[in-house]
Amino acid sequence: MSTLNVSRRSFLKRTAIVGGGLVVAVNLPGCSFSGDLPIDVAEGGFVPNAFLQLTSDNQVTFYCPSDEMGQGVRTGLATVVGEELDFHPANMRVESAGSHEDYINPEFGIQLTGGSNAVRVFWQPLRQVGANTRALILAAAAQDLGIPVEQLATDNGHVVAGDKRYPYGQFVATASLLAQPESDAPLKPKSQFRYIGTEFTRVDAVAKSTGTANFGIDADIPGMVTAVVVRAPVAGAKPVSIDDSTARAMPGVVDIVPVSSGIAVVAESYWRATTAAKALQIEWETKPLGQVTSARVKADLAAALDADDDVEARAEGDLSAGFDSAVQDHEAEYYAPFLAHAPLEPVNATLHIQGDRAELWTGVQSPQGAQGLVQRITGLPRGNIRVHNLYLGGGFGRRGTLTHIVEVSEIAMAVQRPVQLLWSREHDLQNGLYRPASLMRLRAGVDNSGKITAWQARRAGANITGDTMTNMLPAMFPSMPAGMLSKLADSMDYLFANWSVDPSSVEGLNESYSFDNFRVSHATVDHGLPTTFWRSVGHSYTAFAVESMMDELSEQAGMHPVDFRLNNSTGNPRMHNVIRTAGELMNSMSVAEGRHLGFAAHSSFFTDVAQIAEVSVDDGKIRVHKVTCVADVGTAVNPDIVRAQLEGAVMFALTAALHGEIELNNGEVVQSNFHNYPILRMDEAPAVEVVLIDSDSDPTGIGEPGVPPLAPAIANAVYRATGQRLRSLPLRLA
Amino acid sequence: MVEFTLNGRAVSFEGDPNTPLLWVVRDDFKLKGSKFGCGAGLCGACTMHLDGTATRTCILPVSAVAGKAITTIEGIGSPDAMHPLQSAWVEHNVPQCGYCQSGQIMSAAALLAENPNASAADIDAAMSGNLCRCGCYPRIKEAILSVAASELSYDASTEA
Repeated sequence: MSTLNVSRRSFLKRTAIVGGGLVVAVNLPGCSFSGDLPIDVAEGGFVPNAFLQLTSDNQVTFYCPSDEMGQGVRTGLATVVGEELDFHPANMRVESAGSHEDYINPEFGIQLTGGSNAVRVFWQPLRQVGANTRALILAAAAQDLGIPVEQLATDNGHVVAGDKRYPYGQFVATASLLAQPESDAPLKPKSQFRYIGTEFTRVDAVAKSTGTANFGIDADIPGMVTAVVVRAPVAGAKPVSIDDSTARAMPGVVDIVPVSSGIAVVAESYWRATTAAKALQIEWETKPLGQVTSARVKADLAAALDADDDVEARAEGDLSAGFDSAVQDHEAEYYAPFLAHAPLEPVNATLHIQGDRAELWTGVQSPQGAQGLVQRITGLPRGNIRVHNLYLGGGFGRRGTLTHIVEVSEIAMAVQRPVQLLWSREHDLQNGLYRPASLMRLRAGVDNSGKITAWQARRAGANITGDTMTNMLPAMFPSMPAGMLSKLADSMDYLFANWSVDPSSVEGLNESYSFDNFRVSHATVDHGLPTTFWRSVGHSYTAFAVESMMDELSEQAGMHPVDFRLNNSTGNPRMHNVIRTAGELMNSMSVAEGRHLGFAAHSSFFTDVAQIAEVSVDDGKIRVHKVTCVADVGTAVNPDIVRAQLEGAVMFALTAALHGEIELNNGEVVQSNFHNYPILRMDEAPAVEVVLIDSDSDPTGIGEPGVPPLAPAIANAVYRATGQRLRSLPLRLA
Repeated sequence: MVEFTLNGRAVSFEGDPNTPLLWVVRDDFKLKGSKFGCGAGLCGACTMHLDGTATRTCILPVSAVAGKAITTIEGIGSPDAMHPLQSAWVEHNVPQCGYCQSGQIMSAAALLAENPNASAADIDAAMSGNLCRCGCYPRIKEAILSVAASELSYDASTEA
């Protein structure tokens, strides 16, 4: 085994940057991290680029640049590269790529998985990687076989010459001596796809069904100790006094050390650490957040809109002229609470520092960020830090924030032993980051023809991007001094609080429809509870407001809710088509006595989704029996995985719609475990039918877009069932 | 010292007898397939069989299993020789993040051992203590039903 030298990778750079086609890679200054590829090269292994290794036994290993958190990205991207390489993705070994600039997400400019963009942004570059690698194999085969390349073809990992088949592996030795091609190999027309668009089992299905898939928590280093961190019950508070005398004397305790987020108890096992942590006596400083309750959050958001504190995010046309030409004028207010991600695997990290080298085992949405944080805290050169990004036991946005990597680095430096840091479920729910609470006031004017002539959408709440970036900046700029970083973070907070609007805060408030006259505005009200991206981000609450409002308006206009939406989406043909297709399905449904249908549609992450929820209400309890989901995702790389994502999104969104609420009492999060932050259970799970629009367009997002329409679809059905218009989440009948 | 049987093998544990079985199995016997999700018996990720019964092991002191037989996900099948439920899981493309699936499969295996012809309602009742944050429930149910209904009905004797 050896690691690969940088000089062998020239062709990849061109592929990743130039071959990106529609997308432009932006390498942020200070982010550059070249050097050896984090690939263990097998004896005789051929590594033509950062993504592939081919060996003489005809094995292909694909180093997946995006992190597998359940969304199926390893299978999806293996399929994209395998299509042009002409090698069945199910026969590949697929590994998580380590941290290296060649794996940078072309749209984010850093190595990050999120925003449902992986298949969309790697679609072109990875096809090119596959095609160029196939061209090299063909060139080597032509040389070895003495047959002109024009007379050679390929078939699933074999070079075909007449009636003879030769495995790719036979030519890797020759291929590794060839110069990279001068120009990119041509890509297949879509009509010739043989793997893309077909259904086969996920590449991780066997490992994940037999307990053999390795998650971050499964890292186990000889001599390893386990750490838990006791953090402030009110976010951001520092300890004023600490009495650790009882805890220190407890069996198995190795050390108790302060870290930037609290006090770490390090012990021989998790059980010892967590038992000793309960014996710590810590007094925390007071923070303004310590005065905040959930009721005050909502009141403060309302007060900000009452006081017209909102600033314009985007607008078109003439709003007052639009209201003047309306025959109906309707205003309504919607509310969504704080939410936690609650991935089933609590966040964790295992770090082993040996001399001037370090190895990190974890499962995060940014291995580059993790590497940068280890670099910052340990002072080791980036190239000496190897990140093993294992399977993520759920992400949903939570694993894009890496404060646990800061913690494990600080602890490992203090105790000088390999250490595994594990958050408990209580830590996850009470010391984490949250989808911000949001108050939205919508006002719309509608004319005689059922056309919305004016649309005003105002949102108040905390922003999402600022906290996320504040946590990400030290990872992106490992060498930047803390003072400068904090100035940078402050300026971002200032920017979004006083000058501009965080796009994530207001996304989804108008874009699904084509309004001639609209204005979207925002009032920042931040109580200090940390926030971050939560599956579908701003859309997770804006769709609830917009799609509830559309139903209210359609009723006032005396129109079918689907017709009303069709009337107002003519400028967005793809969304319009999804609404029409779902509407036709809805009209053909026979609904059992006592059940009611609700409709909602929303566009997010370039994907358009409509959902029809079949709901009944018995004894004040909302029961969702079936959800029909119509989606245009462009080309579905693996339609069964796309369906699985849309099914799962329904369940994730249903948890939020029926149960999800993080409450504050004196600044402390009330919910602590699954007894008071319930996750949907099997006996509550509806049947889901997914209908994918047949499309030749390039693929768009699938991880998140199934979430936004679900809550309003249910609320709209509940209105039909009960006459109660529920404008606050989670949905609770009066 | 606590002695018990782990996947058919006699084992003993000399540490703190209050240590939850989950951590003994993961850290001392290095079987990592059973997962930690809540530490409170609320999510089912840690489910193992205790004398054949699906049991939450994140809150079960190892002292409670003295003399008993424990089976983990590693004890019912392997990638090369999968349990019928594991094959069904693969066939139905069940897992997403996969973290809960060991616990799901162990609960399902205990259900079918007791009730080989489990109905959808039986499955709801037996499986509703196993949380899946990714929301794989419809596929989990289909996979269990496919085994419950299959000609090769479930053979409890395959369990170690």
